[in-house]
Amino acid sequence: MSLAPQTGRTPPLLDETDRRLLAAIQSGLPLVSRPYAELGARLGLSEVEVMARLQQLQTRGVISRFGVVVRHHEVGYGANAMVVWDVPDEQVRELGRCLAEFDFITLCYRRPRHLPQWRYNLYCMIHGKTREDVLSNLEWMVNRCGLQGLSHEVLFSRRRFKQRGAAYFDETPAAGSAGGG
Amino acid sequence: MLSDLERRLLNDYQHGFPLSPTPYADIARGLGVSEAEVLAALTRLKQQGAVSRVGAVLRPNTVGVSTLAAMAVPNAELETVAALVSSYPEVNHNYEREHTLNLWFVATAPDSVRLQQVLNEISTRSGYAVLPFPLLDDYHIDLGFDLKWT
Repeated sequence: MSLAPQTGRTPPLLDETDRRLLAAIQSGLPLVSRPYAELGARLGLSEVEVMARLQQLQTRGVISRFGVVVRHHEVGYGANAMVVWDVPDEQVRELGRCLAEFDFITLCYRRPRHLPQWRYNLYCMIHGKTREDVLSNLEWMVNRCGLQGLSHEVLFSRRRFKQRGAAYFDETPAAGSAGGG
Repeated sequence: MLSDLERRLLNDYQHGFPLSPTPYADIARGLGVSEAEVLAALTRLKQQGAVSRVGAVLRPNTVGVSTLAAMAVPNAELETVAALVSSYPEVNHNYEREHTLNLWFVATAPDSVRLQQVLNEISTRSGYAVLPFPLLDDYHIDLGFDLKWT
């Protein structure tokens, strides 16, 4: 199976400066009074240019979110489940959009099936303080989106072996967390 | 216990972080505290692990190429195989989940050739198949996660 991007989006072009900037903030914005000026000093850019480029990267959708990245487990959300559904292909977009609306959902993706061992094509991640919270949110969601007839499985996480921000750039290993692709 | 300031910082600034010369001072003004208190609280939350960073979450497959992948590993070998998977810098998330497919990880690389190479190596070195589940469509708009404290 090809691992090339299959999202249907043309990847936005980044220039070399964008790449250096994204690499420089991979492990986080400096916790100093003028963080954009500090980044600029490291990269040979003005403070204004750093802010303008970060704004453009958000506008172009390269950066989907810019802000405080929280580790759910550490702030009391001890349970998370990846819930997977087997949805008819022609319904997956509509149901995916319905699921994605709930505030306890952090990811909602369509992914390929691997028949015969894996029939599921719609994935979402539910965070909750307890297993019971996650399951009651799931039930609420199933009823609201009309998923009662569709087979699904609930894969609670058991052990977290690794969690940090994706390392998109070789030069500066990240030390954070992010929703993964 | 988290202070009110910590809770506000954790919940209210997950997206739309100020792109102004002094973002922490702007946040402080909004919360009625000093810039120094905001910086100290964020530093503390980062040290404690509640905040992984203040920064950018990139949309999948815009900069690098990433995929979710899963393996079915016997329990007796799970820790060893998980350590092998985690040892790759390309792997950013790696979880045990309750299923026959019990090891789930996300790998990100600059291009699909390197990504495929990482998955192939993990499979060869562990002796277990790696099933890739690349993203086909993303339905969720990431605005962070509304934390409920009570």
